[in-house]
Amino acid sequence: MPFEEKLTWVNASVTLMVAAVYAWIVGGRVAGSHIGDVSYQIPLLVAIGAMIALTIIGTITVSIATAIGRAVRAEVTGEGTAADAVADLDRKDERDDHIARHGDRIGYYVSSGLMLGALALSMLRSDQFWIANAIFGALVIAGLASSMAKIAAYHRGF
Amino acid sequence: MVRPTRVTNSIRSLRFAAGEMTQSELADRVGMTRQTIIAIEQGRYSPSLEVAFRIARVLGVRLDEVFQYPEEVGHDS
Repeated sequence: MPFEEKLTWVNASVTLMVAAVYAWIVGGRVAGSHIGDVSYQIPLLVAIGAMIALTIIGTITVSIATAIGRAVRAEVTGEGTAADAVADLDRKDERDDHIARHGDRIGYYVSSGLMLGALALSMLRSDQFWIANAIFGALVIAGLASSMAKIAAYHRGF
Repeated sequence: MVRPTRVTNSIRSLRFAAGEMTQSELADRVGMTRQTIIAIEQGRYSPSLEVAFRIARVLGVRLDEVFQYPEEVGHDS
């Protein structure tokens, strides 16, 4: 699996996991409460921070695991040295760049479309809870769509 | 737009003709990742003209010996 695809899986997994935990926590507060009284601000800020932190931790973990895997494979197969196998761990080429741009474009279209929904909510003077969560949801869905588009491109051809 | 390429290639056979060059070695020499070389060999990625020339040069053959672009079915040549 290309290194860039591994990082895309990290992004997608972290986004999905954190969003699910956030939805579970805040969703539990919505039941039986007036929507204007639901405290979502701290969980939302923590969720955004957790996404950033977990993505960094995941990237470092995947990098170390990939480096160890390549070094071991080089030693076992005798194809080059372990140092050479690890030296260009983060090598990217034009295909990686094309796929990244393709995924980012998909994410942009999805987030733009969903942001119209958030805009409509604000025009309708909906509660801040719905507007904030619509924006967060749009970013989560756009991020997942971008990641899925990249992974599909790596597998189906680009 | 994601689409399979119509460009075919003979990289695999040319690698073996060039001293059984591995995909990793070819990738290193043209500055690509091994996964991209695999994708090109399998027809899942059509490289840029510059990379195509680099591959041909490393394999020691002309560009049209590495890459082919078949006529469309029913196309008058």
